[in-house]
Amino acid sequence: MEAALTIPGFHRSLKSHEMVLNMGPQHPSTHGVLRLELIVDGEVVIDVVPHIGYLHRCFEKHAEHMTNYQQVIPYCDRMDYIAAMNNDLGYAIACEKLLAIKVPERVEYIRVVMAELQRIASHLLAIGTYGMDIGAFTPFLYCFRDRERILDIFEQTCGARLLYNYIWIGGLSHDVPVDFQQKVKDFCDAFRPTIRELNQLLTYNKIFIERTANVGVLPADVAINYGASGPVLRGSGVKWDLRRNDPYSIYDRFEFDIPVGLGEVGTVGDCWDRYIVRVREMEQSLRIIEQAVASIPAGNVQSAIPKRIRPDAADLYVRTETPKGELGYYIIADGTTSPFRVKVRPPTFVNLSILPAMSRGAMIADVIAILGSIDIVLGEVDR
Amino acid sequence: MKETLIDLLGNEALVYSLMAVVPLLWILPFALFAVWWERKIAAHMQDRLGPMRTGGWHGWAQTIADILKLMQKEDIIPSSADARLFTLAPFVVFIGAYAAYAAIPFSAAYVGAEIHIGVFYIIAVSSFVVIGLLMAGWSSNNKWSLFGAMRSAAQVVSYEIPIALTLLAVVMIVGSFDLQEINKAQSGTILDWFVFQKFPFLFIAALIYFVASLAEVNRTPFDIPEAESELVAGYHTEYGGMKFALFFLSEYANMFAVSVIAATVFFGGWNSPFGDFMSGPLWGAFWLLVKGLAFVFVQIWLRWTLPRLRVDQLMYVGWKVLIPFSFAVIICVGFWVLLEG
Repeated sequence: MEAALTIPGFHRSLKSHEMVLNMGPQHPSTHGVLRLELIVDGEVVIDVVPHIGYLHRCFEKHAEHMTNYQQVIPYCDRMDYIAAMNNDLGYAIACEKLLAIKVPERVEYIRVVMAELQRIASHLLAIGTYGMDIGAFTPFLYCFRDRERILDIFEQTCGARLLYNYIWIGGLSHDVPVDFQQKVKDFCDAFRPTIRELNQLLTYNKIFIERTANVGVLPADVAINYGASGPVLRGSGVKWDLRRNDPYSIYDRFEFDIPVGLGEVGTVGDCWDRYIVRVREMEQSLRIIEQAVASIPAGNVQSAIPKRIRPDAADLYVRTETPKGELGYYIIADGTTSPFRVKVRPPTFVNLSILPAMSRGAMIADVIAILGSIDIVLGEVDR
Repeated sequence: MKETLIDLLGNEALVYSLMAVVPLLWILPFALFAVWWERKIAAHMQDRLGPMRTGGWHGWAQTIADILKLMQKEDIIPSSADARLFTLAPFVVFIGAYAAYAAIPFSAAYVGAEIHIGVFYIIAVSSFVVIGLLMAGWSSNNKWSLFGAMRSAAQVVSYEIPIALTLLAVVMIVGSFDLQEINKAQSGTILDWFVFQKFPFLFIAALIYFVASLAEVNRTPFDIPEAESELVAGYHTEYGGMKFALFFLSEYANMFAVSVIAATVFFGGWNSPFGDFMSGPLWGAFWLLVKGLAFVFVQIWLRWTLPRLRVDQLMYVGWKVLIPFSFAVIICVGFWVLLEG
């Protein structure tokens, strides 16, 4: 791939080569151990080849080798470690469907509160690191400060701050602390103003808009063809949210809007749209939390099921909306105490596959912006 | 001051070396202080405390500890690097940053080198830095370093033009390249400073100078040559130990240099803002340092507030915004000076 450049009056031709630039797996902005092979012509990116697998931990094989279904949950935690609650929730719902049981009302409400808190925590991390990818350091720490408050609530509830193992099959590992409702309400009240602050500092910053608007435009049809989900899909203007379109748990009881990218500062489906969808989803999650936390009924947090469940031979696919998109579990049960097969459809793995299509013709700095706007977690991409 | 010292010591060479060491005596403690200061400012802007332990009171000794650590590090030269250029580059960068201090009048009584082309000298010598950056980037034999070096070359060369043009506007009014003359022309109160003269043209010039100087010293939002989220660390990716410390030192030396030049040319230099009150040779040094530190503070403030521009946007700002405006300023000021006679 050589391009010959002839200069008038200069008899030899100048040959320019494209350069292969290896970004990662140790790079500050690949959000983990992702390796990107960039083929660049100066600052312009001609092609991107993502290389994954550096964090492969054999989740699916582990799941088959556990002695019971319950033991898989800690491994679910470790997939998308930024949003462990949502991962557990998907797996728990899948197993409960296999068993055809209904969990107590109290459990459902607490699960929704936890999942939405986790969604905010995950989006805060995505937004904060995205600001850092663009070069703004301060929003990152503001986001972490607020994420810390959510982690404190989780820590009080289940003792863990990152990998909770809290949502169990048929219930929860244990009940929430007595002042849980007040703590969550306090968080909601304190968090709303900081979203406004974040918008002033980062979202509507002229330089930030210059860097993200019209960059990495993903048209809706391309997004659908690639199977994108979550904020990446909604950023392209497609109103698709499994909490609304394929309701699970008790999401059909709450009022919330589904924010989509509108192309307010650029084209629909650019990096800014994917970013703003996350900001607005945090506001919607707050609405859900406030509705749910106000009406947590009293009751038990464990269904009466045996410790080692033994579902009948069957297979099913259960999908839930995690902060990153559609997380699907395809479980084959063979009548024993452990699953025969657990196949995961991770949202960021699918979303990451769009990166080359979005990055061609962009600049090196844009690739960072596009990658950040996809919001990948390598634990989930590689499993 | 030079004459008095020569009379006193009787040795001209000794006096010249003494005079040359004075800026270094300022830069080294300043860099130590500024790094700590930047970390504290950043921390307080970000709702945290920053260094609190080392040295007791608010971690004041943190940078000293950092420097001691950097000194103890093994001096690594990558095997595929061009060892000679690789070793030379940090010194070239530091010399470029340090040499600018020679012509800066720290007070009415002290200027390292009394040359009549001070402005010209500073513009010339500060572009020396870019050679060092290119050397560092090229000799490291690392693609990220190369990208950083190429970006910084393009950036520094582009932004030198608006800097030179805005400084020329003041030179036209004073009719001299001598920075002491420029200072003397601003004596009086705060309203006699050039930033408030020929309103609003010199005000715009000061603004353009400040923005361009941010790019000149690779500070946010123009920190593209070392953009850590894109280029890992840009031209100094492969550097460690004291060589890295020299790059760091020259960055802070440069920050202060462009700040005192802004203070000298547009903000009265060593003149007191209150006319004769608190003025004199020692007060002069005090005022210049205060003004310089104020601009350094603004640079730090911007760094922890703004995101980073992309490399093509940087070129756009330089060539299509700052340079046309500085041309307009220079033409308007030129006509103003001409019409006033």
